[in-house]
Amino acid sequence: MKTAEELHRILAEKFGEELFELKQDEPAAPWIIVKAEQIREVSKFLRDEPGLRFDSLMCLSGVHYPKENALGVTYHLFSTSEKHKLTLKVIMPEEDAHLPTVEQIWKTADWHEREAYDMFGIRFDGHPDPRRILCPDDWEGYPLRKDYRVQEFYRGMKVEY
Amino acid sequence: MGLLDKKFQDSNIIIVSLEKALNWARKSSIWYMQFGLACCAIEMMATAASRYDFDRFGIIPRSSPRQADVMIVAGTVTLKMATRIKRLYEQMAEPRYVISMGSCSNCGGPYWEHGYHVLKGVDRVVPVDVYVPGCPPRPEALLQGFLHLHDKIMKESLVEGIGSKPVVIHDKGGDDIQVKSAEETDEHKTAQIEFPQQDVARKKEGA
Amino acid sequence: MTNVKEKGPEVTLSPPVDAGNGLKTQEMVINMGPQHPSTHGVLRMELTLNGEIVTRAIPHIGYLHRCFEKHSEAMNDYNKVVPYVDRMDYVAAMNNELGYAIAMERLMDIQVNDRVEYIRVLMAELQRIASHLLALGTFGLDIGAFTPFLYCFIEREKILDIFEKASGARLLYNYIWIGGLMNDVPADFKTDTAAFVKSFRPKIKELNDLLSHNKIFIDRTANVGVLPDKVAINYGVSGPSLRGSGVAWDLRKDDHYSIYDRFEYDVIVGKGEMGTVGDCWDRYIVRVWEMEESLKIIEQALDQMPDEGDVQEAIPKKIRPPAGEIYCRTETPRGELGYYIISDKSTTPFRVKARAPSFVNLSVLPAISVGAMVADMVAIIGSIDIVLGEVDR
Repeated sequence: MKTAEELHRILAEKFGEELFELKQDEPAAPWIIVKAEQIREVSKFLRDEPGLRFDSLMCLSGVHYPKENALGVTYHLFSTSEKHKLTLKVIMPEEDAHLPTVEQIWKTADWHEREAYDMFGIRFDGHPDPRRILCPDDWEGYPLRKDYRVQEFYRGMKVEY
Repeated sequence: MGLLDKKFQDSNIIIVSLEKALNWARKSSIWYMQFGLACCAIEMMATAASRYDFDRFGIIPRSSPRQADVMIVAGTVTLKMATRIKRLYEQMAEPRYVISMGSCSNCGGPYWEHGYHVLKGVDRVVPVDVYVPGCPPRPEALLQGFLHLHDKIMKESLVEGIGSKPVVIHDKGGDDIQVKSAEETDEHKTAQIEFPQQDVARKKEGA
Repeated sequence: MTNVKEKGPEVTLSPPVDAGNGLKTQEMVINMGPQHPSTHGVLRMELTLNGEIVTRAIPHIGYLHRCFEKHSEAMNDYNKVVPYVDRMDYVAAMNNELGYAIAMERLMDIQVNDRVEYIRVLMAELQRIASHLLALGTFGLDIGAFTPFLYCFIEREKILDIFEKASGARLLYNYIWIGGLMNDVPADFKTDTAAFVKSFRPKIKELNDLLSHNKIFIDRTANVGVLPDKVAINYGVSGPSLRGSGVAWDLRKDDHYSIYDRFEYDVIVGKGEMGTVGDCWDRYIVRVWEMEESLKIIEQALDQMPDEGDVQEAIPKKIRPPAGEIYCRTETPRGELGYYIISDKSTTPFRVKARAPSFVNLSVLPAISVGAMVADMVAIIGSIDIVLGEVDR
């Protein structure tokens, strides 16, 4: 079982110091910020490296930070054999939010990434089925963004109360 | 037997108007379409189970809309689902009724304020006959909704067209049930989705 | 259906095949749902069929998307989110509330007293039994057995009576609040629950005689929808569906929360008794025996429960958590329910994401249904035990 500082050190040794940033924030568990382009290599390393073995992606969520005009993706990883947890975050500017998919590494990410696209508009490059999952296919806008205004009519039905 | 029981003594001839007999037959065997959407579906299943039995009223579930008389819209209607509900309603054969069960299908329910994907009331796509409030309504409430539907069916008439005069029933509890026709109240919401032309004409003369 | 901006992956059908006698056959695509008696809610499955055999199954969801996350960001009090949390997995509402309360209490570092903990565990385990009863009853109903459905619902009504006396509602309770409970349990709660435990144990045997060891049921569910354990972990499957594949993973034991470490109970795994490990029958029988384990926990909790204690003493007057975030997961009857809550120091939540077990469990469906027949699809969906309120939130 490794702590977040040890994991940060291992990742920094393997991929280079400048790609990561460890944030420690009471009362949250510490998280590591990863650059968007590197997320796929980092995930593969985390899953396959003996001693790390993060074989389970617990949750993948999109977040909208309106104050920084940024969109983020948070990955919560867990290892069923080593029993340690890790939180990774990727932060991107709002206008150009895209990052590589980790769907081939953990199949859990398939639908979670579709939901992040549906709700926030974050694009995942390389995803086999990048479509909306919860809202209808011809929906306009990304609902969970903080500045979302719902459309007035959808196919002739009034949306507001 | 209710309506006709013990009303006649020696003869074996029963004299009753055709309307009453047809309406009595129709209300005693309402087959609903199993259409549970959300939490209210669990209460609908509980009403169909042994403790609050549906079957004693002659109400049994049918899976296909073609074989059903009533569609119980139980649960939240989302915009994605609303087009399908309209299609299912059109597949039902007349005489057909709709019971809106639960707050979500009555008016949007707890999701009325910020639900961007929730249709605020199923009466925006199909005409509703009985609204059963609750979140979720108790099984007894759903049974009472069916009894109101029975009253409504008994007042139907063969001559002026089926379901042409919508009847609004206010139940303030007890035996005091006021019956008003829809012209006297403005509670009869009109659907806001495009119906085929003959339905629009019929709704105009009835509503 | 005009104006479709996005198209899914192209479904290419294989070319027509000569079937002899001048006839040709071809694969076809049909829809199962969203209105279907056996899909447990509004789920649409797009099946590509070669005769009766499924070659591809694509689930389409979102027909019950009720904007839970948007609502939670609009409430000006964290406690006001609890009724929305209830309605996500409406069959196991107490477990949802428990997960949310534990996540918020960890974020705000609130300790609750023993009486609250024991009542919460009792409610959660009773709800687990009620949820499994519904799952098993409807599973039998889908396969075609109507009687177990009625028997399961009788027992479920007894549990709902206990809940109604405690919280006032039969299905969606708003009972477990952050820092405590809405109100204390009534005076006859302990006797009622003990009477239920006593009457329920023989009913599990009755259910086994009726359904589990019924030859027709076994023929319909054994060797159907086999889920290997490595695939299950990669897809993120959890709960009885994962335990049915032989993985002994239970969050109550492995990721401690609340006071579950004070009880003794076993983790049931599927052993492939009637077919292969990880088939529908295994997932089903794991749920049956889990009800027995929940009874054990309830008996121990009733013995150990303190009679004194104020259930509302730790409820804060104003819920203003410190700025930060937390991911906390609990074991619901369907699997791992995780809440990812970000707080920005105000009374309004910044982000509440619910990682629903049914959402993740359902995504494994395309992988395990290749080669099954259409009737087997019903068995597979029923054995994974999804609740669409959770899938779509």
